[in-house]
Amino acid sequence: MTLWLTLAVNSIAFGGLLFLLSAGFSLIFGLMRIPNLMHGSFFMLGAYFGVTLLAVGANFWVAALLSAVAMAIIGGGLERLLLRRLAGQELAQVLLTLGLSFIVSDLCLMIWTGDPWQPLAPAELRSVVRAGGMIFPLYRLAVVVMAVAVAAALWFMVDWTRLGAMIRAGVDDAPIARVVGIRVSRLFTLVFALGAALAAFAGVVGAPILSVYPGLDADMLPLALIVVILGGTGSLLGALVGSFVIGFLYNFGQARFPDLAYVILFLPMLLVLVLRPQGLFGKGGA
Amino acid sequence: MMGASASRIALGVALLGLATVPLWVGNSYYVDVASQILLFAVFALALNVLVGYGGLVSLGHAGLFAVSGYTAGLMLQAGFGHAAGAAGAVLATLLASAVFAVLALRSTGIGFLMITLALGQILWGIAYRWADLTNGDNGVSISTRPAPFGISLADAPSFYYATLLVFLLALASMAAFERSPFGASLRGTRDQARRMTALGYNVWLVRFLAFLFSGFWCSIAGLLYLYNKEFISPQVSALQASAEVLLMVISGGTATLLGPIAGAAIVVIMKYVVSAYVVRWNLVLGVIFVAIISFMPEGLVPGSVRIWGFARQRWLARSPARKHVRGAPP
Repeated sequence: MTLWLTLAVNSIAFGGLLFLLSAGFSLIFGLMRIPNLMHGSFFMLGAYFGVTLLAVGANFWVAALLSAVAMAIIGGGLERLLLRRLAGQELAQVLLTLGLSFIVSDLCLMIWTGDPWQPLAPAELRSVVRAGGMIFPLYRLAVVVMAVAVAAALWFMVDWTRLGAMIRAGVDDAPIARVVGIRVSRLFTLVFALGAALAAFAGVVGAPILSVYPGLDADMLPLALIVVILGGTGSLLGALVGSFVIGFLYNFGQARFPDLAYVILFLPMLLVLVLRPQGLFGKGGA
Repeated sequence: MMGASASRIALGVALLGLATVPLWVGNSYYVDVASQILLFAVFALALNVLVGYGGLVSLGHAGLFAVSGYTAGLMLQAGFGHAAGAAGAVLATLLASAVFAVLALRSTGIGFLMITLALGQILWGIAYRWADLTNGDNGVSISTRPAPFGISLADAPSFYYATLLVFLLALASMAAFERSPFGASLRGTRDQARRMTALGYNVWLVRFLAFLFSGFWCSIAGLLYLYNKEFISPQVSALQASAEVLLMVISGGTATLLGPIAGAAIVVIMKYVVSAYVVRWNLVLGVIFVAIISFMPEGLVPGSVRIWGFARQRWLARSPARKHVRGAPP
């Protein structure tokens, strides 16, 4: 019983991390119609930036924010300099992000070596919460709170601000959005930078739980992919629900059927693809 | 265009060159590299059926390649003979291809790419994590290469000739496929899927059969890989491997017979050359990927011709007397 509850808490925390990762992925995919195959690299690179800053003595939250800002600049720059040149050629864009992801993973291995880095959680969150005779690590609960806060902020931005209305217009029908005077190309850069920043932030926040190691990018990218296929592209609610579903499946799968954890993870995605190709909360065909 | 006789002579020279590789290469290590180029060429030709002629970019083909190698390897370990192992590998890969096709062909373009990527990752997950079945990260090794008709393939030259034979069969089947009505209908579904439907073609079925055709040659390439290395590990099924073979197809030029072969040669040779000097093969792979896609999306061979033509045109345009030469293709 205790095991199940602990697993459930871990699953929710992992789901929160996945949401931070896949919200940006979903927006980029929804708006630009490209699955950004370097999203896992953003996550890993952000995490490495974060642990490096922590190693030189920065405060945890400062490190997370600085890493997010750095990643926003890198992401926006990549979009402007490389992806923009291939506008309209979706396939070339996907392959470009794939090539970049190889470059990033090898550079990370070169710079940060193959040893895993696992920073401590911020001092104020290292304690545990006792409830009903059970112990929950405070940090994992904090991750959930952060994910919910980011979800709320994103929801507010997308649903209630002018910028959000422009993004929604771009996701729904980019050519018409252009016609009515929305500079969709600028939105691309903005959303790409935002997605990269969120992924980097998730990387730093996830580091005390997952640690940072070579191959982290390849571990996280498929998860973001499944979450978005499951939830429907461009839908934040879909990304939220998908993240928690995958968070549970991942943790329970690892605990109960470690051999088949990966297969279990992909089964719901396949089911959704067969029964509802646009995803649980997606609009129209993908 | 080359005349028919000229291309026939070129073909003859190429065949003669390929047939004599073990004679002029000498060192068995390089003969082995040549075998690998040929087996990866078979793999790239298989992927080119979908990418080039079908317009369906798969990022999960390394998974199919691995299904074949693992099936044969595990069957051999379990005590089956080579014939049974090979037959089992082809059947298992065809089955996996059928499953891939049914799921991935619900979509085209990016959707197809993502589904094949996810399916490839599942196969990777099984190879890596299901240690009871696949021996996990330690991989599966076999003790002997097969000896068809009693001919031993243990040394590098004889393995090379066996691979060359299979490669030529694959090439012949691709040439036949390219000219066949089936090949034409697959190109039709790539360029004008709706018109093909209006003409009464079952677009889905054409693509499904193309996937099986591609899967078949993937299984053959996977078998050759297993026999060549006498070992297979989860790395073979990783996303990097799928990207590598896709790079072979794209770098050589898609929808051509020779492109994937040239691409396989370029990638395999580069991998060996680069690995000899730097440890960072993935970095180089990524840089080549990015460079080709940014500057020569049509492939290295046509891309170099275009860039050379463009440079020449610019140079000619600068000398006023020859301005009238301008107006070559964009």
